[in-house]
Amino acid sequence: MAAVTDQMAAPGAPAIRRTPKGTFDIVFRNASRAAALFVLVLLAGIIASMIIGGWPAFREFGLGFITSSVWDTQNEQYGAWPAIVGTLSTALIALVLGVPLSLGIAVYLTQLAPPWFKRPVSTTIELLAAVPSIIYGMWGLFVFVPLFAAYVQIPVSNIVEGIPLVGTVLYSRSPSGLGILTAGIILAFMIIPFIASITRDMLEQIPSVLRESAYGIGATTWEVVRHVLVPQAGVSIIGAIMLGLGRALGETMAVTFVVGNANRLSASIMDPGSTIASRIANEFNEAMGLQLNALIALGCILFFVTFVVLVIARILVARVKSF
Amino acid sequence: MNSAVTPPATTPHQVWGRVRPARRTADRAMKIIATSFTLLAIFVLFWILGMLLVKGIGGLSVATFTQVTPGPGSEGGGLANAIVGSIVLTFLGIAVATPVGVLAGTYLAEYGKGSKLADLIRFINDILLSAPSILIGLFVYVILVEPFRGYSGWAGGVALGIIAIPVIVRTTEDMLRLVPSSLREAGAALGAPPSVVITSVTWRAAKSGMVTGILLALARIAGETAPLIFTALNNNFWFSPTLVGGVSNLPVTIYQFASAPYENWQQLAWAGSLIITVSILCLSLIARRIVRGGK
Repeated sequence: MAAVTDQMAAPGAPAIRRTPKGTFDIVFRNASRAAALFVLVLLAGIIASMIIGGWPAFREFGLGFITSSVWDTQNEQYGAWPAIVGTLSTALIALVLGVPLSLGIAVYLTQLAPPWFKRPVSTTIELLAAVPSIIYGMWGLFVFVPLFAAYVQIPVSNIVEGIPLVGTVLYSRSPSGLGILTAGIILAFMIIPFIASITRDMLEQIPSVLRESAYGIGATTWEVVRHVLVPQAGVSIIGAIMLGLGRALGETMAVTFVVGNANRLSASIMDPGSTIASRIANEFNEAMGLQLNALIALGCILFFVTFVVLVIARILVARVKSF
Repeated sequence: MNSAVTPPATTPHQVWGRVRPARRTADRAMKIIATSFTLLAIFVLFWILGMLLVKGIGGLSVATFTQVTPGPGSEGGGLANAIVGSIVLTFLGIAVATPVGVLAGTYLAEYGKGSKLADLIRFINDILLSAPSILIGLFVYVILVEPFRGYSGWAGGVALGIIAIPVIVRTTEDMLRLVPSSLREAGAALGAPPSVVITSVTWRAAKSGMVTGILLALARIAGETAPLIFTALNNNFWFSPTLVGGVSNLPVTIYQFASAPYENWQQLAWAGSLIITVSILCLSLIARRIVRGGK
């Protein structure tokens, strides 16, 4: 038996090659290896196409492409700074709002929900991830934006007007409902299912003897979560949050609908802005020449940022998965 | 709803007498917050679905499925070309992704045990799984649209396929790993070479799980908009059967019609949103049911 499994583990051992099916065996093994290698080719191709496509813009503007705030199609001057800031700030807002929500949901699902209620709630939360990005955009633009303008932007602007710092960050010059904050809020709902379901899985993997002994010495549910579960799953929860961040950075359609697509940088998160992805989606079909290269160069920046975030996320999630 | 908050009778919460009030308050607060966050997320999903039903159902009629998308300013019209185009592109994507994804997943699960290369591929695949779809669109634009000087349905299908591949690789590998190795050993003991063991024993045992992966990939790519803007674009008429030139599809049609000044365009955008969301949610629910039935 051991010899047979050894041959299974090492395909291509001579005894197997002698069978009439030998040719098919070799073809099948090489085809599946080629398919697996294709995954690597895809990644290499994406990196190469971004760098080659964006090269003219990088060469033309150098480091100034990242630091410049000018985006002038008439004079062929392109700078990525407003889009980079927009991308980072929308993603940050999404995390600030989405992470507490996701953790609350994960705690509810693993600790509080009655058993019969767990599965329907889990499914509902996960279906939030199945709703296409463009539908979030439609909901954002036609339902959320008018409400947000009337009940948040206008009252908040009236309150904070004239106050230093807060008055700059939260004041909206034209309360249309569109803006960086709106995009961040929509993104928060879009990343909830990813963070919540990974955190739920992580909390469920924690051996229940830990929970039970904490309850046994008289801890409340909150204390069990705070002092036993969170420290146990801590690293992987950070990994889950990074995965959500990766999603938020690259989200395109929903953001394009609600971010306002302004090319200028504003100090207020209530004002319209743009993200890397929304700018690409907006301008790509009319772009020619250097503008096209500049947009692909933007994509290149987005790729490297999300790549680093996702690598960290996968390492953190994988490390704890094995306990 | 309050009954949902009450912990099961087995947890030792009933005796509050000896717990300091501050601890009790913190515990209560956490429970209320966690429950209300969950309710908020559920509420948002039903709000979105409700909005689609209210605004979309009025736009659904026989014409929606039989007439082509209207030009600017013209009356009536439907979504027939966009619906058919979306189906063609999505299935093209799945047709590209299924062989590659299933074979790659098979390699990782069956041949790649303990190999460094397989670990690397698995890691990269997980990264591609969450990579922004807009970048896949740009990639396909650079390799398939720019060199051939034109948008095409083929480019759109390939872009969707590239998005679907990591999903299929991941689920195929996970499902094959669930197959007990005694089945493989039994096959090998009968003298079957590894390829035959895999194709007629392991694949067969993991069939429903692998189908689920393909369904999930379908659900994932059916609503993708960003990559299609750069590849298949859109078209207000019936597209050419060779798929060269713009191919009409639902997501990009919704994107273009939603904020247009024409009322019939907006109406169609809502109808299209309803159609696409309901189909995708149904696909996801079916995929879930298959997994549950398999276990």
